[in-house]
Amino acid sequence: MLELCSISKTLGQFSVSNLSAEISDGEYFVLLGPSGAGKSVLVDIIAGLMKPDKGRVLWNGRDVTCEKPESRGFAVVYQDYALFPHLTVRHNIIYGPKAVGISLKERDTRLTSLAEMLGIEHLLSRRPETLSGGEQQRVALARALIIQPKLLLLDEPLSALDINTRLKLRKDLKRISQQLNISVLHVTHDTEEAMVLADRIGVMLQGTIRQSESPIDLFRRPSDPEIAAFLGMKNILPITRYQEGICLVCRKHIYASSANRSSAYMWIKPEEIVISKNAFDSSARNQFKCKVMEIERLNSVLSVRLVSDELPLTALITYESFSALQIQVGAEAYATFKSSAVHCF
Amino acid sequence: MKAIHPYKIPWFEVIVSALGSLVILFIVAPLINMVLAASFADITQAARDVEVVQSVKLTITAAFCATVVSAFAGIPLAYLLARKNFPGRSLVLAIIDLPIIIPHSAAGIALLTVIGRQSFLGRTLGTGLTGTAAGISIAMAFVSLPYLVNGARQAFVSVPKRLENVARTLGASPSYTFFTISLPLARRGIIGGMILMWARGISEFGAVIIIAYHPMTTPVMVFQRFNDFGLSYARSVAVLLLMICVGLFAVLRFVSNVKSENQTNA
Repeated sequence: MLELCSISKTLGQFSVSNLSAEISDGEYFVLLGPSGAGKSVLVDIIAGLMKPDKGRVLWNGRDVTCEKPESRGFAVVYQDYALFPHLTVRHNIIYGPKAVGISLKERDTRLTSLAEMLGIEHLLSRRPETLSGGEQQRVALARALIIQPKLLLLDEPLSALDINTRLKLRKDLKRISQQLNISVLHVTHDTEEAMVLADRIGVMLQGTIRQSESPIDLFRRPSDPEIAAFLGMKNILPITRYQEGICLVCRKHIYASSANRSSAYMWIKPEEIVISKNAFDSSARNQFKCKVMEIERLNSVLSVRLVSDELPLTALITYESFSALQIQVGAEAYATFKSSAVHCF
Repeated sequence: MKAIHPYKIPWFEVIVSALGSLVILFIVAPLINMVLAASFADITQAARDVEVVQSVKLTITAAFCATVVSAFAGIPLAYLLARKNFPGRSLVLAIIDLPIIIPHSAAGIALLTVIGRQSFLGRTLGTGLTGTAAGISIAMAFVSLPYLVNGARQAFVSVPKRLENVARTLGASPSYTFFTISLPLARRGIIGGMILMWARGISEFGAVIIIAYHPMTTPVMVFQRFNDFGLSYARSVAVLLLMICVGLFAVLRFVSNVKSENQTNA
């Protein structure tokens, strides 16, 4: 088990402050945070490539803060692959075992099984610069796994890849980590990547882990609006008062089936807000007369920003609905949503 | 009829190219002039002259030994300067450049105080290193070491630190990492630095003449023949040395480039 105890480090514009976390054996832990949050600094500290200003790194209770990187057994895979350009794929992969004097036979056995697992058998005699990004990252992964690391550190391993390669490698990462039952610390800024891969997600904002939770619990109960916003939640609103299923939010009463006395914030999925020109009767409990403030084109939908007195709402509508409705900025419209569309935390 | 795209003279390019050509001409013209002025017969005669041949051999070997011996300590120093930040680093960098700045005759005098007959070393050994091939090598090393250290340092700087870091996390010790990652990747720049040091050693005159008038290195011989016999005698020796060196370095550059290409493309 890896334990990080109150780690602090300042390095230029990046800083990690008083960060604590634990990664259990066999756990896939994703450290999720925006770029510049100090995630890579943390990876280097765990790998032993950098010393923290304060705090300790423990492995199974033993303090390894001052231990050299080569004696820790934590392998790192970086976003830019960092393959050795002067070595073939084969020699890149067996670099670690060769460095510590593992027998030729054992090296070959491990190489064969990993190359097969990652589908790179046909690349072994190639040079890194002749490989595609996805292939290079598979080689980097094989090179890290061949030393049978106690902990695998992945620093934005999929960020430099195109979307299709990324999705494929993401699946492979999940499969391999389960197959080998290895502890993984995976650093990323991609929420979806974190959701798919993680047993547990640690959200890192401003140099510290603000919340560690299973993906489902994290999305169900983000601990504050900043985390909720980073997770991609929209229409995050503070609840001023709660009474019997009704919340007072921005001086409006909103029906929320998931609300309780301890709820401090709510968020409403923009897709679940219906926009209409006129009021209509329906089973939806919440309907507000609004003014259209802004209309923004996104990939496949339009984002419509509305305000009902002090209550701001953002809704997503399709291009078809938009042309049928013919709403314009400054016009009046009604926003309708069910009480079950309101998620409280 | 007006041209649709009137041709404009690219003045900036013209001026830059003209100035550049002047520089090249300034370097090449005297050398070509010297080569052209020496007759083939003179050069072959110089090449048959035992004294000349011995001095060329001495010059090339002494500079080669200076380079190889210096490389053993110079390359680790270059690595240290490329990778580590330590107090006094800029002072060390300045010290390395010192031999380039000071007059080479002064460098020779300075060396005399360390390896001459009257020096501590000289008195301990009963004789100094003046007038010996070893002394010549030391003089050459002193004035040409900056080229090796600076070249190698640049080469190590251009090796991504991340590759060394990855090697360490894979279990490699610092020395294993140095020999398997840093050194092979910096190889081209290091060889470039060594060739430059060797070349600078061969051409050294000021420091060498103070340490050893005899045995005579070729630059000293050119000077001596010019003084004693005049221009044409000195010229043929100079041209011979020039030809040998240019040939040698062209081959070396070619070989090291081909090797590096093979290493990255194979």
